[in-house]
Amino acid sequence: MVGYTTDGKTVRRPLSPHLQIYTPQMTSILSIMNRVTGIAVSVGTLLLVWWLVAAASGPSAFNTVQGFVGSPIGLFVLFGWTVSLFFHFFNGIRHLGWDAGFGFDLPQTYATGWAVLIATAVSSVLVWAVGLWLLGH
Amino acid sequence: MRESISINVRRSQLGRARGVGAGHSGVEHWRIERITSIALVPLTLWFIYAMLHLIGAPQVVVAAWASNPINAVLLLVLIVITFHHMHLGLQVVFEDYVANKWQMTLMILGAKSVSLVLGLMASVAVLKLALS
Repeated sequence: MVGYTTDGKTVRRPLSPHLQIYTPQMTSILSIMNRVTGIAVSVGTLLLVWWLVAAASGPSAFNTVQGFVGSPIGLFVLFGWTVSLFFHFFNGIRHLGWDAGFGFDLPQTYATGWAVLIATAVSSVLVWAVGLWLLGH
Repeated sequence: MRESISINVRRSQLGRARGVGAGHSGVEHWRIERITSIALVPLTLWFIYAMLHLIGAPQVVVAAWASNPINAVLLLVLIVITFHHMHLGLQVVFEDYVANKWQMTLMILGAKSVSLVLGLMASVAVLKLALS
């Protein structure tokens, strides 16, 4: 990287290694996943807004949304949103724990990381199982 | 144990009193992001419960559900806090990853504008359902 000294001369500054040099670890992967899922949940709010606006507009607009949500693409988007929401939810609680000063030891960090992953998987499957069961009744 | 610390910094006393540094703002952004996230814990659980309750329901049922003042108010709180948390979070992502300052500023303002408009659209929809 090119930088400048205080007297204006250009110098080549050393550059730290880029991302692909580092071995992926759970800590770093979950960290970036928090941002990725945050963005995914943000995009997913479009569906929520569409759903609410359609419900306020009337039955025909509402049926259009329900039709989309029930389509293969709609189900895929909704499932992705569910998983992202649960991950961001549980990892967000993990972050709040760190903010309060808890769970900084490496073993604890890994334990809470696994807890977030398991809780995300279990909650997503559970909510969809309950949802599909309710739809069948 | 709490120790008393004295910091000798070359900064104006007004700046010290306000708790602001070179970034021109204090910890408000960080703080509000945490506060909204705490509020979103129960709200998100309620939202998931509500969505399961309404799954497959026709428009009349959803409209009747949303006309209940408790549901309408919880929806409005959820909407306001979600979109507030959203624009704060997206801002940090853009600050960290967009190198070009102009591009970064535009993307942050875009995220804030979109969050505001989406939040207002959702809120007006809820109000219409609640008040009709």
